[in-house]
Amino acid sequence: MEKNLILAGVGGQGILSIAFVLDNAAVRAGYTFKQAEVHGMSQRGGAVQSNLRYADHEIYSDLIPGGRVDVVLSVEPLEVERYWKMLAPDGWVVSSVTPYVNIPDYPPEDELLAQLTSYSNTILVDAGKIAKAAGTLKAQNMAVLGAASPLLDFTDDQLLEFVNVLFSRKGERVVQLNERAYRFGKAAGLFFRGLIDAGIEPRLALDLSRKMDPSTVDPGLAPRWAKRLKGEPDAVRALLAQEGDIACGQEQ
Amino acid sequence: MKREILLGDEAVGLGAVHAGISGVYGYPGTPSTEIFEFVESIAKKTGDIHAFWSTNEKVAYEEALGMSWAGKRALVTMKHVGLNVAADAFMNSAITGTNGGLVLAVADDPGMHSSQNEQDSRYFAKFAQIPCFEPGTQQECYDMVAEALDLSEELTVPVMLRLVTRIAHSRSAVEVTSTPRKQNPLHPTREIHKWTLLPSNARVQYKLLTEKQPELLRRAEASRHNRLELRGKHGVIACGITWNYLLENLPDNHDFSILRIGQYPIPAGKVRELVDHVDDVLVLEDGYPFVEEMLRGPFGLERAVVKGRLSGELPRTGELNPDLVRDAMGLEPQGGLELPTAPANRPPTLCPGCPHHDTYLALNEAVAEYDKPQVFSDIGCYTLGALPPLEAIHSCVDMGASIGMASGAAHAGYHPAIAVIGDSTFAHGGMTSLLSAVQQHVDVNVVILDNETVAMTGTQHSMATDETLDRIVLGLGVEADHLRVITPLPKHHDENVQVFREELAHKGPSVIIARRACVEKVKRHR
Repeated sequence: MEKNLILAGVGGQGILSIAFVLDNAAVRAGYTFKQAEVHGMSQRGGAVQSNLRYADHEIYSDLIPGGRVDVVLSVEPLEVERYWKMLAPDGWVVSSVTPYVNIPDYPPEDELLAQLTSYSNTILVDAGKIAKAAGTLKAQNMAVLGAASPLLDFTDDQLLEFVNVLFSRKGERVVQLNERAYRFGKAAGLFFRGLIDAGIEPRLALDLSRKMDPSTVDPGLAPRWAKRLKGEPDAVRALLAQEGDIACGQEQ
Repeated sequence: MKREILLGDEAVGLGAVHAGISGVYGYPGTPSTEIFEFVESIAKKTGDIHAFWSTNEKVAYEEALGMSWAGKRALVTMKHVGLNVAADAFMNSAITGTNGGLVLAVADDPGMHSSQNEQDSRYFAKFAQIPCFEPGTQQECYDMVAEALDLSEELTVPVMLRLVTRIAHSRSAVEVTSTPRKQNPLHPTREIHKWTLLPSNARVQYKLLTEKQPELLRRAEASRHNRLELRGKHGVIACGITWNYLLENLPDNHDFSILRIGQYPIPAGKVRELVDHVDDVLVLEDGYPFVEEMLRGPFGLERAVVKGRLSGELPRTGELNPDLVRDAMGLEPQGGLELPTAPANRPPTLCPGCPHHDTYLALNEAVAEYDKPQVFSDIGCYTLGALPPLEAIHSCVDMGASIGMASGAAHAGYHPAIAVIGDSTFAHGGMTSLLSAVQQHVDVNVVILDNETVAMTGTQHSMATDETLDRIVLGLGVEADHLRVITPLPKHHDENVQVFREELAHKGPSVIIARRACVEKVKRHR
């Protein structure tokens, strides 16, 4: 087993916090790991990335060879685009769709989402919305980590143990907010995939999963929502056009 | 033994602590900064290691040399271009030799992730005729620093540990000792002739250094870090981190003959053995073609074809990676997806609320009255002011260059001659240039951006901020009337523009200090 991840985002979004959790979980699980990161000038609001590799055998290169990335895990949608060429043929993209706009030529959202949804192996979540619902916008990184967790080789407890270590000095409340963001992110990601696996077109799957109140999302309900989307598309579209969030459980 | 998750930099720091250093010295500089900071974090708990940033790399090196003179072990850290600043101390420390172990951990930046060049410090080690270790893994970072300190103490020479960005800033699990070595007792040397490099003494000392060279070479030949395995007729020499890129691509049943180099001087005997065995040699090095160039020259290798950065198998500049190495080995590429579009660049920017932003807006408005004048600047976060939309500064060469260059331009008749420099950069390399400008009464305007910290590298302690800075400027001879202090905030914009206008009109040296704390510093130290 060998997993190669690119963690991507914008300086300040907490890429290295994700790396901390995964590095420690990997060591605790008995894997070898290497994780190259970016410090210095580029941390000032620029594009940042980290190459993270773990395996049950020795890892040599700190940098992942081209075409060998299993997961691009990005806290920002535009940042995904830098790593297509690194992705393995069956690799996954797990990304937030919450844009971080600090450049004048940031592409229009529709264009960006069209690009992301054109690739089949994606898990897309609205990390900004999820983190806000969890109680702190800063936890977008943990929301994306949660969304990516089903693709990784750790249990929730194995990861959350180090979310706890990471934030414990900031107090129990901060730990809890980040845990919530992780769990909401995981649920949102699974819900999104559940819709797609039930035959829903990715952009619609994204729109519906984004419309949910993050605290109510239950991936087990994805098949029912998918059925309804196919059966009464107009009703669902009307629901999507409504003001405010919808509760996932209204399908029960 | 226990395992810790460490950056390469941190492994160097911890290795040095476990090898019994009594002091760590340095000036912040990416990618070396975390070496010092890791030792500093330990020193804060144990209280028995001196760990305080120095004003610049030269000072740091001299302090480390003094610690060595006193018989204790010292680690001094800097980035590659920092060694240029410390070069005088460094070169001459090879002549004096050491007493307590002295290791220079220098971090090069191939690919210039955060630097203005990608100079290769191995040339400096050769230039000074001292040993150099080059780790390829985090574990080696930890292990080699102890070996280097031992070697330094045994052979009484300073020893270099050369890192590159990818090892400095990459994490892995490292086995660390649970029985650290004790620090040396204070045992200063009184061999005055060694340390007083009057020509008569220096000639003797220099001869001693040259006489040590065969032993340094013998150590490199026997080093466990220089391993030769002969197989087929294609040879590879892999230095430092490139070993990882080679292994990443090496098939299990490969037929390459391989020499790994992790300790210098270059093990010439092993190189000859390899070359005598093969038809061609591919040289992998992250940095300059240091070994490759030597191979083409003094080792007399008419029989072998040397491949590498000079022959075009590898790019002449920039950082290596597993893909470039794979290509140079003649293996099939492992392709990824085609990039659908080139994504918009996202360059680093000044933080929201950054004081430099307000200073630059005021400066831009004041200089607009002149014909787009050149604003000489320096190295720090404020260098980002060169980028759109501000485009407020127009040079960045080395630490402190702004003041000297503005003065030179003024000598040539250029007006207005403006220098923009940060508080820590001013302490590091700007004070002496300002003294020159004052003594020559040059018509130069120096803007010191006093954000009260070394911001770019992570808000380390600044040596010259607040009142200390004011007193230094006045002490260097700037007239009190032409030391102006402004507060870069939007609400003071108009008055700040006015201050710039007045000082630009003044004939003679003037200093404008734009003083407001770095927002990142305020956040971190709250």
